[in-house]
Amino acid sequence: MTATITAALAGNPNCGKTTLFNALTGARQHVGNYPGVTVEKRSGNVKTDTASMNVVDLPGTYSLTAYSPEELVARDFIVDERPQVVINVLDATSLERNLYLTIQFMELGAPMVLALNMMDAVKKQGKTIDVDKLSTLLGFPVVETVARTGLGKNALVQQAIAFARQKEKTWQPLHISYGPVLDPILNDMEEVIRESSFMDQRFPSRWIALKYLEEDEQVLKLGEASGAKGHQQLKTVADKAKEKCFTTLDVGPEAVIADFRYGHIASMMKQGVVKGDTTHQRIHLSDKIDRVVTDQFLGPIIMLATLYGIFYITFPIGEIPMGWVEAFFGWLTNAATAIIPESLLQSLVVDGIIGGVGGVMGFVPLIMVMFMAITILEDLGYMARMAYMMDRVLRMFGLHGASLMPFIISGGIPGGCAVPGVMAARTLRSPREKLATILTAPFMNCGAKVPVFLLLSAAFFPDNAARVMFVITIISWVVALLVAKLLRTTVIKGESTPFVMELPPYRIPTLKGVLIHTWERAWQYMKKAGTVILGISILIWAAMTFPGLPDESANTFQEQRTGVEATLAAGTTDQQRSALEKDLMAIDNAEAQAALKYSVAGRIGSAFEPVSKLAGFDWRTNIALLGGFAAKEVIISSLGTAYSMGDVDPEASEGLGARLANDPTWSRATAMSLMIFVLLYAPCFVTVAVIGRETSWKWAGFSVVFNTSLAFTLSVIVYQIM
Amino acid sequence: MSNTINLREMQVNQTGIIKSVGATGELGRRIRDMGLVPNTAIRIVGRAPLKDPVALRLLDFTITLRNNEADFITVDPTGE
Repeated sequence: MTATITAALAGNPNCGKTTLFNALTGARQHVGNYPGVTVEKRSGNVKTDTASMNVVDLPGTYSLTAYSPEELVARDFIVDERPQVVINVLDATSLERNLYLTIQFMELGAPMVLALNMMDAVKKQGKTIDVDKLSTLLGFPVVETVARTGLGKNALVQQAIAFARQKEKTWQPLHISYGPVLDPILNDMEEVIRESSFMDQRFPSRWIALKYLEEDEQVLKLGEASGAKGHQQLKTVADKAKEKCFTTLDVGPEAVIADFRYGHIASMMKQGVVKGDTTHQRIHLSDKIDRVVTDQFLGPIIMLATLYGIFYITFPIGEIPMGWVEAFFGWLTNAATAIIPESLLQSLVVDGIIGGVGGVMGFVPLIMVMFMAITILEDLGYMARMAYMMDRVLRMFGLHGASLMPFIISGGIPGGCAVPGVMAARTLRSPREKLATILTAPFMNCGAKVPVFLLLSAAFFPDNAARVMFVITIISWVVALLVAKLLRTTVIKGESTPFVMELPPYRIPTLKGVLIHTWERAWQYMKKAGTVILGISILIWAAMTFPGLPDESANTFQEQRTGVEATLAAGTTDQQRSALEKDLMAIDNAEAQAALKYSVAGRIGSAFEPVSKLAGFDWRTNIALLGGFAAKEVIISSLGTAYSMGDVDPEASEGLGARLANDPTWSRATAMSLMIFVLLYAPCFVTVAVIGRETSWKWAGFSVVFNTSLAFTLSVIVYQIM
Repeated sequence: MSNTINLREMQVNQTGIIKSVGATGELGRRIRDMGLVPNTAIRIVGRAPLKDPVALRLLDFTITLRNNEADFITVDPTGE
């Protein structure tokens, strides 16, 4: 019987932590969320002959402050879960800065094992690191690793397990000197904390004192909530210390603390930990690449080319497996139609379940290919460069340079999809900018809206179809940016989050990392399709099916049909025959139209007509828009049914277009107004579900109500003016 | 005393030693977390196409910050 050891994997972003995690745990990973926040929690198991280790991958952070949910999560996990060992992954090529986080873990007292990662890059730079010396100086085992190749991972696991057993339950917080001004104050504060046994069950006493000096929000709040008199005492001392720091050192206590932490690291480094070429004048390969890639003129061109490249690659590639998925669901439809006798049940299974879920599953290959491209760009380090180049523009709208990618993927270049777009906003580390990005990305011209625009622009603006498409795309960008600005000055008001960001060196992504990442996202999406979307599909099917036509109308259609069939059976020429078959089809279509109008959806559509007339929409359009909430692809097929055109293939909708163009109730104004509405109204249900997952259901609801109101207002304006 | 200048005023490829970091609160913390503390040697490696943000190289890595964030940092220039 071996006890399971819990290990926390911690480190800076871009230090290769995720790659190491993948190397350690392989594909046996569990992905969830930390309670109450949308920070992803990954864990996985590592088994050796003698022990089993549960590795929890903490979010990558540079520090352990209370400013970002990632940092809080990492800190709380260490303090509350008390893992037996913390595996601190460091990018050995920038050892000093990486040790800054290490020092903070040491101040918490967690038993640690260091993984000096990217040792291959260190060697390439002509440097050597004295591992034994570093280990002695820190008092922890230090293991050299190369996560990409898996080098050193077994040694790391063994060291971590051995150290966890040896160190069991003893936490030794590190005390470093914070200089002549702060040291005496810290000692006084520690005394106060010990005397009143103030929160010191949870945190080391010196650490609490430091956090009071740093004015750490979480700790101050906890202190106040505890109601202990120690809190006021400590605050008074901290305020005095702040004054003293400003008068004697001209900076705040937090700056002094940071200086001494770096000083502590520098003094260790001075003892000859790193040897070799340590001058920073050496031009690295990444710098050379950046000279071109972020060049004033070439940079934007390369960026545009890359973005277009993604689309030109992902769509043709994605379409191949998409065809397989569609073929599979087509086969399933045929099989179900053959097995289940014609009935409501058949309609439910075929149109409701298979049609609904199949429509959503059809996107899976596209999402996978798209995410593969994003993961590659991100792991490569190019994503950070795009954020760097675009920040100046996007900042004007209260966004962040990294908002570009979610916009583009959502359809900033027509043809994207808001589902992976919203998911891509995860790379944004600024909460307000991220929320504004997620809420505005669905305005983009996604691949499911495009057929609607193609249909309407071809039918109503035959000479200018391409120009209309271009204008629609421009409108989507303008609205998204202006709404972002509006949100950032109203409901998501607040200072922009500091941009300070690392430009990581360019690195070739690992196949394993790309595959794991891509699969995970696709799997999350599929799970959603299997649950929420299944329910919604059935609901929409029911709304468009019930109540069925009353018997008398159904009989009327049946009589008409029997009449035609009788003539057909009487034997006629081929010509008459085909004319009669057309008549039959027309009767079927007319019945479908009548049934749709009679259904709940039809009644809702009719009920909204008085209002929607303002924007030029009659009950037929209303039904299509209602269906479009499930998936925008449904708009054209519902319009087809409502205009008794039978099943309309969105890829070949000329017939419907001609029908609309000749309809007296339709005009260019109607078409334009509908295009604006489709572009901007409520995101499809899958996107809403993803928004809910990435933010909260409150914001998901907001996006439905707000986007629809905005779309309607603009449509009415367009319709009334044109 | 050398002529201390603001980080925003530095030219591409210019080098210098950070003299002071005046930012407080979250921005201050983030700047320090990234290793931008007094006595650190830096070199401006580039500016974004619209001249903002700025990219600078520290000892072993490159970071970017916006001009209005760079305003809090003063530097002693050491050369081209």
